[in-house]
Amino acid sequence: MKKLFSLLLVAAMCIMMFAGCGTKAPAETTAAPVETTAAPAETTAAPAETTAAPDETTAAPAAAGTIKIGMSGPLTGGASAYGIAVKTGMEIAVEEINALGGVQIEFMSQDDQADPTMAVDAYNALKDWGMQIFAGNVTSGAANAVAPETVADGFFNLTPSASAESIALAGSNVFQMCFTDPNQGAAAAEQVSSNNMGTSVGVIYDSSDDYSTGLYNGFMKRATELGIQVVCEMSFTSDNKSDLSTQVTKCQEMGADLVFLPIYYTEAAQILTIANKMGYAPKFFGCDGMDGILGVEGFNTELAEGLLLMTPFDATSSDPAVASFVAKFQDRMNGLIPNQFAADGYDVIYAIYDAITAAGLTGNESTEDITAAMIAQFGSMTVNGLTGASMTWDANGMISKTPAIVVVENGAYVPMA
Amino acid sequence: MKILQYLINGISIGSVYAIIALGYTMVYGIAKMLNFAHGDVIMVGAYVSFCVTNYLGMPVIVSILASVVVCTVLGITIEALAYKPLRGTPSLAVLITAIGVSYFLQNAAQLIWSSSPKNFTSIVTFDPIHLADGRIVITGEVIITILASVVIMAGLTWFTSSTRIGKAMRAVSEDRDAAQLMGINVNSTISTTFAIGSALAAIAGVLLCSTVPTLQPTTGSMPGIRAFTAAVFGGIGSIPGAMLGGILLGIIETFSKAYLSHQFSDAIVFSVLIIILLVKPAGLLGKQVQEKV
Amino acid sequence: MKKLLTKKSTRMNLLTYLLVTVAFIVMQTLASNDMLKSSTKGFLIPVCSYIVLAVSLNLLVGVCGELSLGHAGFMGIGTFAGIITAALLADVIPNGTVRLAAAMIVGGVIAGIMGFLIGIPVLRLRGDYLAIVTLAFGEILKNVISNLYVGMDSGGLHMTLSSGGLKLAEGGVMIVSGPRGATGVTKLSTFAAGFVLILFTLFVVQNLINSKEGRAIRAVRDNRIAAESVGINVTAFRMKAFVVSAVLAGMAGALFGLNYSSITASKFNFNTSINILVFVVLGGMGNILGSVISATVLYILPEAMRGLKDYRMIIYAVVLILVMLFTWSPKMTAFSARIKEKITGLFRKGEVSHE
Repeated sequence: MKKLFSLLLVAAMCIMMFAGCGTKAPAETTAAPVETTAAPAETTAAPAETTAAPDETTAAPAAAGTIKIGMSGPLTGGASAYGIAVKTGMEIAVEEINALGGVQIEFMSQDDQADPTMAVDAYNALKDWGMQIFAGNVTSGAANAVAPETVADGFFNLTPSASAESIALAGSNVFQMCFTDPNQGAAAAEQVSSNNMGTSVGVIYDSSDDYSTGLYNGFMKRATELGIQVVCEMSFTSDNKSDLSTQVTKCQEMGADLVFLPIYYTEAAQILTIANKMGYAPKFFGCDGMDGILGVEGFNTELAEGLLLMTPFDATSSDPAVASFVAKFQDRMNGLIPNQFAADGYDVIYAIYDAITAAGLTGNESTEDITAAMIAQFGSMTVNGLTGASMTWDANGMISKTPAIVVVENGAYVPMA
Repeated sequence: MKILQYLINGISIGSVYAIIALGYTMVYGIAKMLNFAHGDVIMVGAYVSFCVTNYLGMPVIVSILASVVVCTVLGITIEALAYKPLRGTPSLAVLITAIGVSYFLQNAAQLIWSSSPKNFTSIVTFDPIHLADGRIVITGEVIITILASVVIMAGLTWFTSSTRIGKAMRAVSEDRDAAQLMGINVNSTISTTFAIGSALAAIAGVLLCSTVPTLQPTTGSMPGIRAFTAAVFGGIGSIPGAMLGGILLGIIETFSKAYLSHQFSDAIVFSVLIIILLVKPAGLLGKQVQEKV
Repeated sequence: MKKLLTKKSTRMNLLTYLLVTVAFIVMQTLASNDMLKSSTKGFLIPVCSYIVLAVSLNLLVGVCGELSLGHAGFMGIGTFAGIITAALLADVIPNGTVRLAAAMIVGGVIAGIMGFLIGIPVLRLRGDYLAIVTLAFGEILKNVISNLYVGMDSGGLHMTLSSGGLKLAEGGVMIVSGPRGATGVTKLSTFAAGFVLILFTLFVVQNLINSKEGRAIRAVRDNRIAAESVGINVTAFRMKAFVVSAVLAGMAGALFGLNYSSITASKFNFNTSINILVFVVLGGMGNILGSVISATVLYILPEAMRGLKDYRMIIYAVVLILVMLFTWSPKMTAFSARIKEKITGLFRKGEVSHE
């Protein structure tokens, strides 16, 4: 009975928290900008804005209203490095945009632990908050479960980094900021062939991950068509990735002189370290998930010397927009160098903002109208961002941008000659 | 020729499993609980060592000592706060608390060190040995890990059979009530076991991350489960069993990836485990206890 | 009747049915009048699934005393079998509810068959060895499903385990595609179906516990050797409980899977098994009503704590530890017993003075 009692106690706690959420809802929404904008002046202005908007116009030239944007990604658990990068990139963009004084963005991020079912819970929490535009899921599995929900509810959905091709195909209101996996895999195979990167190719991929398997399948399909000789295919799973030496040894045994790594930088850094110890030095070639490898703390960047990768983003670029973003990101994240996840997040918010301003949205429209206006804008507009110049979207919502092939030289990306 | 290289790879990861499994088996044998937070103590140990080397610029030996000290204190604290109040309750209750501790450590690590992966700088500095024209490579980590696991196993065996505290541990493991009647302080014996187990976890953390450089808040959980499997494989509670189980698991894992199926290696490893347990229900070196009426 | 009601187990059973029914009616009324938040509405069905999972695991862990760490494996079988069944029957049975029922039955049956096959060798093991084998089984299953490709076209159902995928005829659809899991699932699950499944589970499990066999099962838990010596066939009872538990988990899995547009095999990992075990232990081993309440509370708790942002999961961990200490620690037990005595003492005094 005492167990029941303590359970009831916890239940009461839950109910209290729910009640708290329910009654405090208005208070919470006004409090939200405090966290996201972190500009002290904003916090006092935000509650006033809704009631006294006409008076405010003199103070803030274009107080055009407030739009609520939500995102969901892994903020705890094994994939949280990626989710936190996206979230931070988005927060930087929101802060910059709100400082401009025009349409204000209220931003909320929710944790989905990269789990499709928890992603639905996170999405529901965003709906309860009053979200108007969904800035996507970070991982493909989560996005596959949530995209059909956004289609049913009619939210505009632009995902920063969920790259499975099935996501954009879920509906006309779902768009992607990143490349789709099969396309990127095929592009990688074409690069291998046209640049004569290697004669015998080895592949190491994550068979428990949709992103990696998607790239691998896209690559293999095109590689067969192009007559690329793939001598070794090895995989690991999220359960056994703590030891990758066997996969590296197998590629060495099979004599692969180019190893294609359609995986994230976390495991790639491990593979490069192991290969170095084994005295195995083929060319390594990665995709966009490889970006970030130079920022891994404690990683000897000399090991990445000569690494080839297809990346939409270069943190070492001298472009002032990139430099400013990198500085702000490092400021927030204790000196961590941003990767393409962060840049994708940043671009997502700016692309949404561009569409909002172009369509003249103020946030007072119905979700239906916002979504319709956003879809129209994304069908026609061109966006210049950190992850690509003149990005456009096709009717499916898939992005068209050109990946740069870079090679790592002296700890920086250099365009491949 | 490469088959030898795979064997070396397997023994390498296997001896890491073995060291983790030794910690599991010690705690299980004496406190009769599955300490699912063990893998996370390993992770903390690796982070401490990483910080001491990379932020404070201390030599490797200091970082290992620091990590042993921190983990021992952590282990004793966890035991005192979360496990000791539940002594005498069903082992399942302690298991769930251990899971709570595991969640706690992972999330605390994320708040302290962030979840961005860190690349652990290997504690081994000497060059790999190349044999047969470089076709076989034995890295320094392999040598150190194997040596460490053998030394730890021998040390534990000696400790439990020859020292006063060690004998007390065995007595507690055999029959807790009888041990108490014989004047053994059961509580302090169990606390000592946790301290030793946690110190082992620190060493395991440093060696795990030297062999496998990625360090994240979740780094300890999968190797932890693998090592638990290894401990059961060898016969849980048995010190040589944990060693044997760890190394065999590493070899089976490596060979199934290299020669059978890289996609189904998890399934193969666990199938072998099930088959072995069906043939020898108490594990390879476990004691077959005859139940008395 | 009065005699029946005074029996403690019967009273508890009735209380469980009553609480579940009241909760269902309240939530259903609120939901149909659109008075629930999206997040509350969102977890109605998962909570039903987890209640069934917790009660079925309680049959195994709490009643039989067998530690299983692979319950999510049976749930996963039910999920994928249910999704494939629902997709296959899409043209044959247009009615969603009937299709859901069919999916749950198939999911349950297949999970039950797997449970039986695994049970034959596994139930020879005891205690922690049984735990590790069920854990291993869950991992094997997850590994196989995340390499499973199932598609459907005019030629029928196709399956393969190769990552190259399937070659489907024109107009074919993939149902399960490897690590991506099942996508494009038609959501069929309803709260009412979840409620019915809970009632069914309660009925089956409570009958099993209170039957002659059930009393025998409890005897098995308390003392296997003694039970054997009075002629109880221990293995047969363990097997029965194991299979019933697997069937119910499979049905709950089908309900769970058909509540989402997409689901991956990685959901059915060790962590999910552990979570279900946490529900059981926290609710009290062998205590069915406890399982129902703890599954509900512990599923909602992390959701309710979303406002805590970065500290959400760490606080959840602390709450978990504290609740365990509070409910299980002998000191706390003694303390709450004293309090209880004082309170009941007060009541008694009150009663006496009334008379």
